[in-house]
Amino acid sequence: MTEQTARKPASPSSDRRNVAFDVERVRADFPILAKPMRGKPLVFLDSAASAQKPQVVLDAMDKLYSEDYANVHRAVYELSERATAAYEGARGKIARHINAKDTREVIFVRGTTEGINLVAQAWGRNLLKAGDEILITGLEHHSNIVPWQMLRDQIGIKLVVAPIDRNGELIMEELAKSITPRTKLVAFPHVSNALGTVTPVEEICRMAHAVGALALVDGAQGAPHFRPDVQTLGCDFYAFSGHKLYGPTGTGVLWGRAELLEEMPPWQGGGDMIRSVTFEKTEYNDLPYKFEAGTPAIADAVGFGAAIDYLDGLPWDAVEAHENDVLLHGTALLKDIPGVRIIGEARRKAGVISFMIEGVHPHDIGTVLDMEGIAIRTGHHCAQPVMDFFEVPATARASLGLYTNRADMEALARGVRKVKEFFRV
Amino acid sequence: MSDLRELYQEVILDHSRRPRNFGACPHCNRDAKGHNPLCGDRISVQLDVEGDTIKDAHFQGQGCAISMASASLMTEMVKGKTVAEAKILFDSFHNLVTGGEANGVDLDKLEVLAGVRDYPVRVKCATLAWHTLAAALENSHMPVVTE
Repeated sequence: MTEQTARKPASPSSDRRNVAFDVERVRADFPILAKPMRGKPLVFLDSAASAQKPQVVLDAMDKLYSEDYANVHRAVYELSERATAAYEGARGKIARHINAKDTREVIFVRGTTEGINLVAQAWGRNLLKAGDEILITGLEHHSNIVPWQMLRDQIGIKLVVAPIDRNGELIMEELAKSITPRTKLVAFPHVSNALGTVTPVEEICRMAHAVGALALVDGAQGAPHFRPDVQTLGCDFYAFSGHKLYGPTGTGVLWGRAELLEEMPPWQGGGDMIRSVTFEKTEYNDLPYKFEAGTPAIADAVGFGAAIDYLDGLPWDAVEAHENDVLLHGTALLKDIPGVRIIGEARRKAGVISFMIEGVHPHDIGTVLDMEGIAIRTGHHCAQPVMDFFEVPATARASLGLYTNRADMEALARGVRKVKEFFRV
Repeated sequence: MSDLRELYQEVILDHSRRPRNFGACPHCNRDAKGHNPLCGDRISVQLDVEGDTIKDAHFQGQGCAISMASASLMTEMVKGKTVAEAKILFDSFHNLVTGGEANGVDLDKLEVLAGVRDYPVRVKCATLAWHTLAAALENSHMPVVTE
């Protein structure tokens, strides 16, 4: 099961470049979007936390459980073979989607968080030593901070943070200064979950490699908005979540370069990750199973594969253009409202509009919008250092998926005006 | 908007905009801090307790309209009460906002926060000040955390 994935065409979307993206048709594929919320049409603006699921994902999971379900990798009977084929088929789809060189490089995990923890423990704890440095940035989600702090407390590595500016962009000169021969890993987000900032992944990877450090990309918010090509990005690890990519919860992938994964010992022991076990000694299984101890989330992985099929059937250039258009439209509408302040105004953004209304706490904004059927996130978005930097306790965050349309942004702007009216600010 | 008016009654809007007993209290002899990490609300409660009586109550901090109004109303209500009375009031208030049984205690203007019971995620906003008050009465310097 270590077959090489077929190299996808050089430009997968080239044949679809001129195909328009029909957001209304896409919306019809997501059953929940047709459900009323508080008696009003649902305006779902929390896809950065978790995205809604198209019918094909639900059907794929249902079919697996109804027709093809058994545990994988173990049994000789037909049903188990079918389940194994479906599970491994999903791995292959994901490998092709991200342009992995080899299917073995795709490790199924529970989500981005687990993927980063895997690298911290299997790679960091075994291959780093006290005094080595890991560089992160001021944009991080807690899941790209805490695993490294835990590693620091375990083996004495040093955690260095590269700062951001008032627009929410990385200060590249400062980042360059922070990358030194002591740096062993640069771990950073593809897209900031709290601000929407898109980072220059390829450039940072080159800077890391120039000093012999590795580059890990937290792709939780990047994978849903761009079609990551791990070879072009030039990173060494890319972690992302299935549930933010229109797939089921409990799914995610750590992609890593095969030679790095080979030299990393397993991090969890159990079934499936072994070749042979005696009470004296265990021989570990090959990639990717070495890192997948225990029964995996089989149906969820199959659902994730169905989500990937769904995404691969869309014209990606047009999807990105559509998402950018909706983001700019929403930003312009909000900026037009007196007293609204956008938090994070990077030149390149994706998927996220964080904002404040002068005189109204984000939680009150969230409750009033909820009454209008508008679901946004309020709080620190698991990025407290970002909140501290902007000296706000919390923000209101509207986040977009490929099904978000201009009408959603117009509803949001109307809702924000209603908030102001209600609180008389 | 009618559901909203149920939650955000005029008294709540008023107290959130112009919180009473807001600011430092140099003569107070008890204090505690509270934090709701979910919404980032931070509050501190200062009390002047003489013998068994709460002579004065102040608060500082920032938070949503519900938490600010609740803290403001609380400081008004506990002034002049004994420690035991304040604790009973907290119990009754807690029942009010979580939909528990009323226990016959007159909650007076705290009743305006009854709408919170229909918004489970907002209960912590309404009770943060009260949990912090309880810690101050215990003279506990462990920050109170609600989430």
